[in-house]
Amino acid sequence: MVKKEPFFWITVSCGLIILAFILIPLIEMLTAPSLSMLKETIQDKDVVRSIRLSIYTAGLAALIAFIFGTPLAYLLARTNFRGKHLIESIIDLPIVIPHPVVGIAILSVAGRGHWLGQIFNELGIRIMGSVTGIVVVLTFVGLPFYINAVKNGFESIPPRLENVSRSLGASMFSTFARITFPLAWRSMLIGIIMCSARAISEFGAVVIVAYHPMIAPVLLYERFEGYGLKYSQPVAVWLVSVCLALFLILRILTLRNAKNA
Amino acid sequence: MITIENVNIHLGEFDLREINLSIEKNEFFILMGPTGAGKTVLLEAIAGLIRVDSGHIVVDGRDVTGLPPEKRGVSIVYQDYSLFPHLTVRDNITYGLHFHRTPKAEAAKRFDRLVEDLDLSHLLHRLPANLSGGENQRIALARALIVDPKVLLLDEPLSALDPGFREDLRKGLKRLHETTDATFLMVTHDFSEALSLADRAAVMDGGKIKQVGGMKEIFQRPESTFVADFVGMKNLFTASFHDTKAAINGLEIELGKSPENGHGYIAIRPEDVVLSRRELHSSMRNSFKGTVTEVTDQGLYYEVSIAIEAVTFKSLITKSSLFDLEIGEGSHIYLSFKATAIHTF
Repeated sequence: MVKKEPFFWITVSCGLIILAFILIPLIEMLTAPSLSMLKETIQDKDVVRSIRLSIYTAGLAALIAFIFGTPLAYLLARTNFRGKHLIESIIDLPIVIPHPVVGIAILSVAGRGHWLGQIFNELGIRIMGSVTGIVVVLTFVGLPFYINAVKNGFESIPPRLENVSRSLGASMFSTFARITFPLAWRSMLIGIIMCSARAISEFGAVVIVAYHPMIAPVLLYERFEGYGLKYSQPVAVWLVSVCLALFLILRILTLRNAKNA
Repeated sequence: MITIENVNIHLGEFDLREINLSIEKNEFFILMGPTGAGKTVLLEAIAGLIRVDSGHIVVDGRDVTGLPPEKRGVSIVYQDYSLFPHLTVRDNITYGLHFHRTPKAEAAKRFDRLVEDLDLSHLLHRLPANLSGGENQRIALARALIVDPKVLLLDEPLSALDPGFREDLRKGLKRLHETTDATFLMVTHDFSEALSLADRAAVMDGGKIKQVGGMKEIFQRPESTFVADFVGMKNLFTASFHDTKAAINGLEIELGKSPENGHGYIAIRPEDVVLSRRELHSSMRNSFKGTVTEVTDQGLYYEVSIAIEAVTFKSLITKSSLFDLEIGEGSHIYLSFKATAIHTF
């Protein structure tokens, strides 16, 4: 057997350090609360309500991303135009903007001092302290993840398949429905999961726009502030279980995808 | 059938300029040219997949320049097959029928005939990913033809196939062309393919059409160096075959074996034609005495034309051979070539 070079051992050590860095705190947190405490926590109506609200608002955000993001992702994947990079950068902005800034930015257009806020007000839509507000924030932070995943999915479908479909008599819409969509749905599913996973973990922007009704991360923060680490851990375990379930589904789907390709 | 008038297309760094072409109904027309000449762009423009900046494209008497691809009656087959990976072979073939009001009985008849002609009946329930290139391309052909297109565009349909499959599918293409009403327009790089399938061809280079004409005319009187290089075989003759022999204008040539795919053409690369002062007694099956009619300087080589009765052969020799053999116009010389150097089409 060839002797492994030092560089190989450096890469292995770095890998182990990173794995430990990610796993040790998570495992510690997951194993800290006793089973009875976990049971007690999940019987707490506030906890259940907040986790349910988190899943509901994150799911809605993903649905909105699906409806409005899919056509844009298709456009970006299929066409080249002046300013395309600019549009792609704008779509990525929510990823790089600090979270509280997102909350403040959304509040600044939602107030009565802004024409958009006035329109919302007249329509009876309240952003501040409402479920609507939470969904707006989660959509804002989740959109880039959906659009990028689906854009990659569309790009992996050869345009020639669509060309052949058109030449055989299918309109643009029929081609999308019969060829592009069936080949891209898996990337859309992955996009929905990425988007909702991102949305469910949002805290900084939500806490500014809507402290109440309380989503799980805000409740977690409140428990930590009010009662300390011990009482926030069980809530964290339940929240992280939901996120892990989402992540697991994503991994299974992408692995199956890679095998098929 | 297809008339292309003054078509210009600008695609950023690449342009098609002043394309004029006229293709007859039910003709098998070949488009040749080096990579980047614009052949695929022209095909996609005819199919309506690329917008034309100026000029007109007329298919079957109808100006289709402004029509979307689905309204043109033009099918396209790509080199990479472009089958729908999520559909079975049957669903791939019948895909186009969803968008045409074809009576059920007629559709079933076309389906059965194409499946039979292209030998696809045992594959109908399979997915394209698990099939060979030859099978995939046969499926792509069936899918393109089931909608009874006015024009079938073929973008190097045989180039990605193994030689065995290629020969089979070439025959298949010829048969399909004879049994359908569609006009075939095919891009190819292969000389023998072009000769055996088509009557007429156009040569493109740098976004322009350089030459249009009969197959033989293009190969024998190339107007561009591209075609001359592309052909490479300057000794191209029409011939009649009997058993292992071929006759060119009365000159009998030994082929060594019966031609497999004879369509009435014989070609020999000029570098395979050996010249000598005395008759060679070697394994060369063909040896003739002729008269040198022309010697031209080709840079590294000299091209020598030798007339044997009514047939003129061309040979490429080095400068030193030219001096050793003391060749000049009018000198008598022996010319030989191996039976294996003969290409039959």
